[in-house]
Amino acid sequence: MIADLGFGVLVVTFLVTLYSVFAAIYGELKKIPALVESARRAMLLTWPLLTLTAGILIYLLVNNHFEVQFVYEVTSRSMPTYLKVTAWWGGQAGSLLFWSWLMSAFTSLVTLRKWDRDRELLPWVTVVSGVTMAFFIGMNVFFENPFAQLYQTFSGIESHTFQPANSILFTPQEGRGLNPLLRHPGMVIHPPMLYLGFVSFVIPYAFAMAALITGRTDDRWIRITRRWALWAWLFLTCGLILGGRWAYDVLGWGGYWGWDPVEIAAFMPWLTGTAFLHSVMIQEKRGLFKHWNILLIVLTYDLVIFGTFLTRSGVLSSVHSFAQSAIGPLFFGFIGLTLITSVALIIYRWANLKSETEMKSLLSREALFLLNNLLFISILVVCFWGVIRPLISELFTGQKVTMGPPYYEKASGPLFAALLFLMGIAPLSAWGHSTMKTLGRALWKPTLLAVAITVWIFFTYTRDPYALIGFSLVAFTILVTLYEYGRGVYARMRSQDENMLEAFWTLTARNRRRYGGYIVHLSIALMAIGILGIELFQVETQGTIAVGDSLQISGYTIKYREVASWDNLPAGVNYTRAVVDVYDREGNFLGNLHPRKDYYFDSQQPMTIPGQLASMKDELYVLLINWEPISQAGTTFKIFVNPLVNWLWLGSLLFLVGIIVAAWPDKDPELVTVQEGKRIPQTSAAD
Amino acid sequence: MMNRLVRNTKYATLLLLITIGFAMPIIAQGATPTDDEVNRIAKQLYCPVCENTPLDVCPTDACRQWREEIRTMLADGKSEDEIKKHFVDYYGARVLNEPPNRVTTYLVPAVVILLGALLLFRGFQLWTKPTVPETASGTAKREAKPVQQDEYVARLEEELKKRK
Repeated sequence: MIADLGFGVLVVTFLVTLYSVFAAIYGELKKIPALVESARRAMLLTWPLLTLTAGILIYLLVNNHFEVQFVYEVTSRSMPTYLKVTAWWGGQAGSLLFWSWLMSAFTSLVTLRKWDRDRELLPWVTVVSGVTMAFFIGMNVFFENPFAQLYQTFSGIESHTFQPANSILFTPQEGRGLNPLLRHPGMVIHPPMLYLGFVSFVIPYAFAMAALITGRTDDRWIRITRRWALWAWLFLTCGLILGGRWAYDVLGWGGYWGWDPVEIAAFMPWLTGTAFLHSVMIQEKRGLFKHWNILLIVLTYDLVIFGTFLTRSGVLSSVHSFAQSAIGPLFFGFIGLTLITSVALIIYRWANLKSETEMKSLLSREALFLLNNLLFISILVVCFWGVIRPLISELFTGQKVTMGPPYYEKASGPLFAALLFLMGIAPLSAWGHSTMKTLGRALWKPTLLAVAITVWIFFTYTRDPYALIGFSLVAFTILVTLYEYGRGVYARMRSQDENMLEAFWTLTARNRRRYGGYIVHLSIALMAIGILGIELFQVETQGTIAVGDSLQISGYTIKYREVASWDNLPAGVNYTRAVVDVYDREGNFLGNLHPRKDYYFDSQQPMTIPGQLASMKDELYVLLINWEPISQAGTTFKIFVNPLVNWLWLGSLLFLVGIIVAAWPDKDPELVTVQEGKRIPQTSAAD
Repeated sequence: MMNRLVRNTKYATLLLLITIGFAMPIIAQGATPTDDEVNRIAKQLYCPVCENTPLDVCPTDACRQWREEIRTMLADGKSEDEIKKHFVDYYGARVLNEPPNRVTTYLVPAVVILLGALLLFRGFQLWTKPTVPETASGTAKREAKPVQQDEYVARLEEELKKRK
């Protein structure tokens, strides 16, 4: 009954969204303001309606309504309440609803805040986000109904939206439970972060389309959505990092990134989004490359849709599973349709999007930003080819192939290295015009120091050529960025008579976009240290030992002390936990580690939790191998030593700080203008 | 000339293979291959069922059997390539972590990227010439911004000069 109510509200929401879209289009075309206003109100209604739908679904999840198929699939009685709530996005139907819910929240936010100021653009923004939302809600209504219930029929148990004739409702005693891998705190927050990122990128897209439709192709749409794009980027980055950390902590393969199609699906919009964030600056500062910016946001939008679909459905594993999936062709149809419409609009407005100035120098900031775009798009090409190559191969030759990590590493490695280099020099080049001489003057000191550091690494640590190239680029980027930052701080200290901390603080606060960007660049260099460490120098060993025996790896000795196994019946888990002592090369005791294997009764799946001993130098990562028998007499351990990996996590944190600095809301410039009665200079915090 | 070279290479390879063939069992009989030796090969393989999970970390029973098969083959003195070939013969090229056809694998993205680079280079040449006659207001608007940027840089440089 409650499930029916949920479905009913969902259908109403679908109709309201459609009404909003059509009313806005008709109202705008026929110039009927009342109809446009009605469309806006309808759009504002979708959020409360979807909240109600979600509330009903959460009620069903929390109260073990296993007659609802979705509830049966993702929860079980033993799961704690918070996990039952978060199981909302633990399956395809629920996560589609979650997507729509976020989308409606963002659309409402935009419509509420800016309606009076952007009368021209906003009705079309409502239309574009409304179409996107209607597509997702439609998926829920017609194909992936989260409220479908289980019925006992003559031919067995089936799930249906409406009760079939001659059937009775079937309520299983227990649900299947959420996949244990998804019960990790990282996994609880990771999908919402990723989705927040995905959905927030729809807003800049909607504004870009609105700009094309209305012909307001100046940079108004960019100025409105710049911060949206930054926040979208923040969430997406956060989602990717959390996903990496989750993989590192839970998947038990000693890594954080496996170049899995699902990971790549989330990474691709990040790539185009990052390119977009850089290239919009060219348009703002120099009025160049307007076509390209719109194309980038269109690409980001369609990759977001592609990513959403891919992360949940797994259809790319085979051509057949794609063909069998009901929603697969629809998703691709929608992507195709939006892509064609968007590109057609760009072509229609081609003349209005001409650049306002010309480029003067190949070393100017705008030229280097374009190079940055080329590199990001190249990595996208590598990723996209990696994802679709197996499908193409199967389609044309009938032979399936696997594109594993070696392909991605080889193909994208040089591109990442080039990006790192560019990241070092681009911030030093000026808009408009730069010469070798000006660049050289700013670069020679940090370059010299970077060379010295590389020579030192060569003589003390490693002679691996890849590592030397990598670390020299990292050193170069860090030094250039710090040098540039330091010069700014020093100048302020002199001119304003501030102490170093004060000067650092005010400098950053007054030029948030510039220095937020610097912090992000620094953090990427730190992350690169971690990535180089683990990719080039990871060592591993595996061995079966009895209690009292030990394994050696990279100067560490791991001694197997004991193992215990016990059930936690209320939680529905069996824990097997080993205790190992860790000693260094000299035999000093470094601590205990507790690698664990958790076995979940409801889903009958195990989960491997590593024991980790972390430092900035390396991390010892001990796994209890769960496919081998575990006993006092013999237990199999797999041990990794991951050099420098914690620089990756440190860099990730700094990365988020950098984006927050750059994206932190300013006082609304237009309001300030009105209040102060004069135009504020554009450079404030907008560098 | 070329033919002789090819023939000689063939003979040399054959001789090498025979030598290895005789030598390997002697080496292999020494000890049971360790987990690390097995994993080194398993890392490069994927079973057809477990999508995207390399064989060395896959916990399913089927994958465990594969690993044992690798161990047995290693103990029998089979080389890494022979073992990989064995799995490819049975299950197809999808068991390898990298497709055997390297040309298609790397050429397609390389060509696309090169085309992109070429396009960008061509663009650079075009864009450095003015494309539209600038309107008076447009020029004024755009000229203003670099000046502001330069102001910031100039101020910075000035302050740094004062220091000296």
